[in-house]
Amino acid sequence: MADAVLFDKIESRPPPRSEGGPLDWIRERFFGSVTNTLITIVCIYLLYVLVPPIANWLLFSASISGTDRSICDANPDGACWTFIKVRFDQLIFGLFYSANPDQLWRPITVFAVLAVMIAWLVTPATPNKREVGAFALLGFPVFAYALIEGSLLGLPSAPTNEWGGFMLNISLAYVGIVASLPLGILLALGRRSELPVIRSLSVAYIEFWRGAPLITVLFMSSVMLPLFFPAEVDFNKVVRAMIAITLFEAAYAAEVVRGGLQAIPKGQFEAADALGLSYWKKMGLIILPQSLRISIPGIVNTFISLFKDTSLVAIIGLLDILKTAQNASRSIEWKGFDIEAMIFAAFVFWVCTYGMSRYSQHVERSLDRSKRS
Amino acid sequence: MSSKTSIPFYRNPAVRGLAAQLTALILVVWALYTIFQNTVTNLRERGIQTGFDFLDQVAPFAVGFSPFIEFKLGESTYWTVFLIGLQNTIIVSVLGIIGATAVGFLVGVMRLSPNYLLSRFALIYIEIFRNIPLLLQIMFWYFAVFLPLFPSPRQSFGLADGVFLNNRGLYLPKPIMGDGIGIWALGLAIVIGIIAYVMFVRWAKKKQYDTGQRPPGRVYGLLTLAGLVAFVFLVFDSPLTFQIPELGRFNLTGGAHFPLPLFALWFALTTYTGAFIAEEVRGGIKSVSHGQTEASESLGLPRPKMLQLVIIPQALRVIIPPTINQYLNLTKNSSLATAIAYEELVALWAGTALNQTGQALVIMAITFAVYIGLSLTTSIILNWYNKRVQMVER
Repeated sequence: MADAVLFDKIESRPPPRSEGGPLDWIRERFFGSVTNTLITIVCIYLLYVLVPPIANWLLFSASISGTDRSICDANPDGACWTFIKVRFDQLIFGLFYSANPDQLWRPITVFAVLAVMIAWLVTPATPNKREVGAFALLGFPVFAYALIEGSLLGLPSAPTNEWGGFMLNISLAYVGIVASLPLGILLALGRRSELPVIRSLSVAYIEFWRGAPLITVLFMSSVMLPLFFPAEVDFNKVVRAMIAITLFEAAYAAEVVRGGLQAIPKGQFEAADALGLSYWKKMGLIILPQSLRISIPGIVNTFISLFKDTSLVAIIGLLDILKTAQNASRSIEWKGFDIEAMIFAAFVFWVCTYGMSRYSQHVERSLDRSKRS
Repeated sequence: MSSKTSIPFYRNPAVRGLAAQLTALILVVWALYTIFQNTVTNLRERGIQTGFDFLDQVAPFAVGFSPFIEFKLGESTYWTVFLIGLQNTIIVSVLGIIGATAVGFLVGVMRLSPNYLLSRFALIYIEIFRNIPLLLQIMFWYFAVFLPLFPSPRQSFGLADGVFLNNRGLYLPKPIMGDGIGIWALGLAIVIGIIAYVMFVRWAKKKQYDTGQRPPGRVYGLLTLAGLVAFVFLVFDSPLTFQIPELGRFNLTGGAHFPLPLFALWFALTTYTGAFIAEEVRGGIKSVSHGQTEASESLGLPRPKMLQLVIIPQALRVIIPPTINQYLNLTKNSSLATAIAYEELVALWAGTALNQTGQALVIMAITFAVYIGLSLTTSIILNWYNKRVQMVER
């Protein structure tokens, strides 16, 4: 009795119900609590109210056959994609190329090269990234200009002020990013410089352009740029917009690059100094290669907003995809199809920007991983 | 000594730095001077007199929307036009900031909801609105949705008593201040009420620290405020009346009228910026360490209370700086009103006034100064705030 049982033996409990199966997931994420269940019911009701009519209008009842509006007028319950189909070339390639369909192969070739180039650069395992990157920065703009403008290659000339459609948005964004990156890197270095005059000049430049909305910058380019140059220098509207976008974008690129520079540990600077490298060697060989790599997501993000902002040229009268869509939906043949025109333009933009933002998130994650390991 | 002489002066970092700065300065000054010279020549050739004199001239066009500053055609000057533009920019920005903050917090919290459907809804909203150009959204809402789909004034949507929505805009009851002592009494009542509210909340907090019981200080405060205001309305003869918009023959008259462009711009700015703020809110909430969530769960706090008392106060430190930046972006983006003719700073001042006077230089300079002043102020506020809320690590 001395060693009486101090504790009653309790039967061991059954193991907890296995978690993580699809049923558990559903129970947890949809019906976890009373509020959760209510929210689920409201959401399902909303889906039921919203999705069928929208899908019906967008897809199932939409008209796409034919070449004029009669078929759309007969079918008011669905979207009129016939309109988009008929005006597709105009919306994507601009007025010049839609008027000269035999020349369409030129922008299409450029688009195809661009697509291959981007795919090459974003796929992790491709060789010769450096060469392709250099081509993207230097060779491609020349190639694209030569082929789309045409007079250099003896093709019928499509002068820059007749560029339009989505092609114009892409050109403006591409020129903007390619020309503004070097300028932005210089400005970022200037802002981090120890020389007071250089630093204050860079700060003044960056704050000036970052302070003003792009639309005022574009206004300025269209009303004031001609005043700044001698009368014999005359740019057309598209080139003026390109200059304005480049100057504007450089300030934003500079801030992103500066963020990357600040993330480089001080030891790297000191090590480079200890090796006796000159300023430019230190930056070019040690600091910038590391900091630009960190800045890639930020650069892509500024590029996304630049890309969206190219639509602002519609306000200064350039025929980008937005303006073309608007004009098309006000033409006599297609009056009243504003929603279709806008949705198409929005969709084209969305596909590009969404793709880029996914890519930037992906790079960010892989940078995070490499930092951790 | 000998080592000093062996370094040629052009290898001395100080000399090099000085030379580089001097070169940069000379280049910039030279560029600016050339631009200045060209501008002067070009202006002379075109016969444009640049100066600030035109600000006192009478503006020969009508301004449609100006709720606070009076505009008289044939009397008001360009300076008034500038002020009206500024006023309208401020109006749409303030309304947009309020709306975008509400939408952003709501969607940001929804995004992190344990409910799968709700968080997907929030995600879809964010990804759609963030990735489409704002100008396109503004034009979509205005030209493709509101203008054609809202009814004519005669068939206005009546949203509530005295609130109407139609294709001319939104009509609300307009508060009219009575004259005489009543309005002063009302102002005084509101001020005293707010002070009482603050005192009650403090008292409740102190009580909680002392006794552990928190009396409903906010309720007491609000009751006091409401009581005081009701008292003023009872005692004095109509200190504040509301002018209800009325349906006339073709249009609504009276009341406060927000023209449709303002409504569309506000709507687009709210939904667009709301998507960005939602992402900041999500990031801020996620930055609060998971231990905080677990700790408050083990204290038995329900999710809304947990968010309100534990998570959001800590997340705000992370959320507020980028959100203030979004406010600045929203204000700058309000300049896209040009596309739908809402008369704010860029549309009215850098658009209409510029075309009328041809004073591109002065007008653009003033416009730039306004926006740059605003963005510099914002960054000063941000720096101050960041210094203040730096986490005190223990």
